Amino acid sequence: MTAVHLGMPAFPSFPEAAEAATTDAQLRRNLRNATHTIRDKRARAVAELSDWAGLRAAAAAIKNRTLRHLDHYLLQLEEAVTKAGGRVHWAIDAADANRIVAELVKATGETHVVKVKSMATQEIGLNEALAAEGITAYETDLAELIVQLGDDRPSHILVPAIHRNRSEIREIFVRAMGRWGRAAPDGLTDRPADLAEAARLHLREKFLSAKVAVSGANFMVAETGTLVVVESEGNGRMCLTLPETLISVVGIEKIVPTWQDLEVYLQLLPRSSTAERMNPYTSTWTGTAEGDGPREFHLVLLDNGRTGALADQVGRQALRCIRCSACLNVCPVYERAGGHAYGSAYPGPIGAILTPQLRGITSALDASLPYASSLCGACYEVCPVAIDIPEVLVHLRERVAETGKGHPAERTAMRAARWVLEDPARLARAQRLATRARRFRPRHLPGPAAAWTDTREVPRIPEESFRDWWRRTQGGGPRAGGGPAGKGGR
Amino acid sequence: MMGSRELVLARVRAALADVPRDEAPEDFPVDRDYLDAHATGSPAEVADLLADNLADYRAVVHRCSAAELPGLLARLLAEHRSGDVAVPPALPGDWLADSEGVRVLTDDGSLTASRLDRVDSVVTACAVAVAETGTIVLDAKPDQGRRLLSLVPDHHICVVRPEQVVASVAQALRRLDPSRPLTWISGPSATSDIELDRVEGVHGPRTLEAVLLAD
Repeated sequence: MTAVHLGMPAFPSFPEAAEAATTDAQLRRNLRNATHTIRDKRARAVAELSDWAGLRAAAAAIKNRTLRHLDHYLLQLEEAVTKAGGRVHWAIDAADANRIVAELVKATGETHVVKVKSMATQEIGLNEALAAEGITAYETDLAELIVQLGDDRPSHILVPAIHRNRSEIREIFVRAMGRWGRAAPDGLTDRPADLAEAARLHLREKFLSAKVAVSGANFMVAETGTLVVVESEGNGRMCLTLPETLISVVGIEKIVPTWQDLEVYLQLLPRSSTAERMNPYTSTWTGTAEGDGPREFHLVLLDNGRTGALADQVGRQALRCIRCSACLNVCPVYERAGGHAYGSAYPGPIGAILTPQLRGITSALDASLPYASSLCGACYEVCPVAIDIPEVLVHLRERVAETGKGHPAERTAMRAARWVLEDPARLARAQRLATRARRFRPRHLPGPAAAWTDTREVPRIPEESFRDWWRRTQGGGPRAGGGPAGKGGR
Repeated sequence: MMGSRELVLARVRAALADVPRDEAPEDFPVDRDYLDAHATGSPAEVADLLADNLADYRAVVHRCSAAELPGLLARLLAEHRSGDVAVPPALPGDWLADSEGVRVLTDDGSLTASRLDRVDSVVTACAVAVAETGTIVLDAKPDQGRRLLSLVPDHHICVVRPEQVVASVAQALRRLDPSRPLTWISGPSATSDIELDRVEGVHGPRTLEAVLLAD
């Protein structure tokens, strides 16, 4: 099997890349400022909906149903898209997808394409692959434009240039816009509104002359063959409407079964992502429309490691991800390490579970990603499709340990932990043993764990385990037996 | 040799070996334990909410009766100093009756993006408006026109009739035809790409004026 490409040069490992990032004070300030701004706003947007928990549970269930019957829904989608005038292509990996897109562009005779921000094309390294075929891809999302002009790499799912502040963006525009097209206006300031205006002027000529566009999609509706792109700036509308040919590259997990299902995701995604009740623009299209928009529509369905993740019954839930990036914005590790340290198009907590599953745990980098977390659980709390990221992280750590790539001490600890956790009685005994031995708690751990305690306190062991406390305080209560409330009260 | 289509499908099926063979997609439960709408007030209250939410995301909101509409549109175009205005093929006849001196370009399918880039304003109707999210949905019918019409000009005036207002996203989806190209608009073009702070005005119309007609 060929290696799965995820569109980023590989660092030796997460800890090494993160160590470099944490010494970059500017980067840390930019990230802290941006992620803290969005955190509070997201919380307010979510609090507006009293049924958030119900929406979240439905979103997870709909995606679970889809994933369990993905072959069924893929075939249904293919039929609906084809019936509506689109053409469906299947790509097993990045090279396959890139070849298909390059051939489709060449068939139009064009050497330039405009692009809507898309994680899938980032993942497969489409721009580089097209460049090798003599085709220039212009990114049109503001943050992607900043990354492209700055010859940089994306560091956030939603805002790929989150590591850049306004004055750095101004510098990039002044320096590089002229090389790609219309130069930045004279006397450009670093006011965000002026920077947005500069991007508008720079890209307008490209939109008006573009013949081919490449996009991804946020959702594909199996029953109707409809694709959905959620965006803010209007660059998506430009790309989806003005060119003659539209090529959409979409991961096979982006399906939802029915048109009605969108009522769940169109409420969850904007509030989780940009903390808005609704994003400024959402476009939906079904095949081609007579006299309106592209005359040709191609859908490239991308596997690129997704079926590998699908085969893992614990890890499978990562494929529910709708790429909102809420988990990045609340993650203490992401905030300090930055997105580049994750060595993939998918940074942050979701990247730490998605990348090793898509790419496999063959490199040191990918084996280190499941450890890029303190398991604090904030990512799970904010996830709109309830992906239990800590659960998958621990599961992947076990898999890393099994391959022999983990730390020897951890391999031993993992085996011991699994032995204890597998059996509730064993766990209870272990906890009581630890409680009785509390006063022997060392200040420093022995052996290979000593380095860990050089800079940390060994956690205090509580007088009583949670399980014992629960049994003592709730055991005789009306809800004994763990059944739902009310069941035992009749 | 297996083609990519067969290979992907074979891998999907192999990955799902744990799913019982006789499980149909509908057998897997999906509880829809959420509200059909959050705003449950009278039509007037829902219309007020729409106005509030549109304004909250920097759309300029106007409210008038059907009889006042031509006068209001004339005033808005004059205030924007619009010399020419693009309209879809079937904009109701009297809407621009009072807009004297404004050149009206009716799109018969031949207006190019470059021409529209030099047009001052566009006036359209809409298909549905969602109060809870402050969203206007266009479905490209003849009173709204092709998608590029409401996209390329920098100033969009969109007229919402009272019966088009719904409370929620779920109610809007039920009214819409997925086979038509749809554009959901919530305020003017915006970006959060600089320091995750929202700025209005990038590629779409930088001024969105919504006219809510009263009963």
